Amino acid sequence: MNWVSLHHRIERNAGLLIFGILLVSSIGGMVQLLPIVTGDSHAHPAPGLRPPTALELEGRDLYIRESCGVCHTQQIRPLLAEVKRYGPYSRSGEFAWDRPFLWGSKRTGPDLARIGGRYTDEWHRLHLLDPRSVVPASIMPAYPWLAEHRADRHGTIQARMRTLARLGHPYTDEQIAAAPGALDGRTELDAVIAYLQSLGGSMKGAPQP
Amino acid sequence: MTVRHYEDRVVTAFLYCAVFWALLGMVAGVWVAAELVWPTIDFGIPALSFGRLRTAHTTLVLFGFGVSALIATAIYSVQRTSHVRLFAPGLAWALFWAWQLAIVLGAASILAGWTSAKEYAELEWPFDIAIAVAWVAFAVIFFGTIARRKVEPIYISNWFYGALIIVVAMLHIVNSLALPATLGKSYSLFAGAQDAVVQWWYGHNAVGFLLTGGFLGMLYYFLPKQAEQPIWSYRLSIVAFWAFVYTYIWAGPHHLHYHAVPEWVQSLGMVMSLILLAPSWATMVNGIMTVAGAAKKLRTDPALKFIVLALAFYGLATFEGPMLAIKSVNVFSHFTEWTIGHVHSGALGWNALITFGTFYFLVPRLAGVPLYSTRLANVHFWLALAGTMLYVLAMWGAGVSQGVLWLSLDDLGEVRFSFNDVMAAMQPYYLLRLLAGLAFLAGTVLMAVNLAKTFAGRPTAVAMPPAGRRA
Repeated sequence: MNWVSLHHRIERNAGLLIFGILLVSSIGGMVQLLPIVTGDSHAHPAPGLRPPTALELEGRDLYIRESCGVCHTQQIRPLLAEVKRYGPYSRSGEFAWDRPFLWGSKRTGPDLARIGGRYTDEWHRLHLLDPRSVVPASIMPAYPWLAEHRADRHGTIQARMRTLARLGHPYTDEQIAAAPGALDGRTELDAVIAYLQSLGGSMKGAPQP
Repeated sequence: MTVRHYEDRVVTAFLYCAVFWALLGMVAGVWVAAELVWPTIDFGIPALSFGRLRTAHTTLVLFGFGVSALIATAIYSVQRTSHVRLFAPGLAWALFWAWQLAIVLGAASILAGWTSAKEYAELEWPFDIAIAVAWVAFAVIFFGTIARRKVEPIYISNWFYGALIIVVAMLHIVNSLALPATLGKSYSLFAGAQDAVVQWWYGHNAVGFLLTGGFLGMLYYFLPKQAEQPIWSYRLSIVAFWAFVYTYIWAGPHHLHYHAVPEWVQSLGMVMSLILLAPSWATMVNGIMTVAGAAKKLRTDPALKFIVLALAFYGLATFEGPMLAIKSVNVFSHFTEWTIGHVHSGALGWNALITFGTFYFLVPRLAGVPLYSTRLANVHFWLALAGTMLYVLAMWGAGVSQGVLWLSLDDLGEVRFSFNDVMAAMQPYYLLRLLAGLAFLAGTVLMAVNLAKTFAGRPTAVAMPPAGRRA
């Protein structure tokens, strides 16, 4: 069949043109996405991985609110220099509970995939409130308001945990009921630090490449 | 060309707003660039904090400036290429107000901390729904006009605008799938590595079908129009179009090289990214050969100068993209400022410049008077070129330095440079980038003044026939 005469028909028929674009543009996505997306993302969590606690989840949602992922990645590539600098390379199973994923695309600051346990809580407190007090060359913004707000100040932690439970996170009714109590008396700063300290923990003691 | 009553006031309205969002989005961009040099100039105000303001910057330029410009030019050109008045002009006005309101509230929501954290799709679920509805309205207006066309073949520019509408709808809906927890917070239906693959299928093709496909629609109408030449090869544009629509979708996984996603999808993404060079450059060759017959006009006409320079940057960016998609190059470029430079060689050099050229073409026609100042437009041209070049060069310097220094090992096999040392070495580049951004912004301000003066000088009796005037 002559492709020019075929196109002669397509370019004279808006319906055919729309159908053609839809068909041709969806092939790549179907081949690449369907085999990956149809599997259960929770099927192969890394050994030792657990869903975030109420405080860690609050911290993660605050990390998202402040768009920390614009400057910090959470993805260690299997390259010698990265493994030396940041620790064992990232495995897909470590992100089984990440909604959304927070791998980032830009390292204005260092990778945080295994930041948990590297510094003390007090270091993080000083660093988040005034980054240049502990890292003189830092260009990170200060986040003084985190210390001024109590955690979960809009009282939505239970709604958020229930939503995640609906998506397959194994939160029990008891955990959800206890969540407000677990956040009581804590600040947003405490929550962010708890989240940062939880990062990369599931791979502790994993064999180095 | 016998239709006298094209619906052009809604085009003018979108155009005004595009210029406004360009200015605001670029001010936000310059501000975040300055924050990387002087990190305390957020003054402790959450809304001015780097993470939120950078997200506002990309949202404003992409959806405020970019999409408003695309809708304006699509509505203008689809009427002329179809020889018919716009279908459902009332709906077009509804789309105008809805879109501008969504940008105002959306930008405010991002500054308030509402974000899905998915790049270039950060707006939360209420906005995702609003965008989907607005997009359907855009489709109805656009394809409705085409359905009523008086000329048999659908012109090339409309294939590209059509692909923009259809494919962006598909990408937006799939990538935005989420379960709301509160009004301002939802959780993605996909988790972890799956979410990453979906996001970059969206993210890369937002670049593909919005920033490339949509603006190619602009190119295919306004370049031949302003050059007063027919498209050099109609057959080449057919091949380039379908190859573009087929190939682009596959390229997303090059954003995930050496990440925790299957190796086959990375390599497939890389190979298809390299193949993508062919349709990209086919269009560039077609454009350059089209303008070859109008070399004389190129020397004097600011609109044509902008459009042709944009075409050159399009060629550069679509060459650099496949190169960066090669895994062994990507090892160095990934996570660095090189990516930012690449994005801006496309966003400033290609998208913004072709839009500026198109606006210099459109405004005198919409206002019915010559451009207020050709000289001012020429100054804008050189400011925009200098700003883009300086931006790209600064980010190349910064990105290559980061890529090499981060991966550098000493004789004992340990990392040679601390992260902080490399970060501190970025300061001169960040300062240069700030200057580049300021130059580009200054040019855009000149354009805004020039266009506003042109509109102000229009003969009111001719441009506003009483019968067509809206209350």
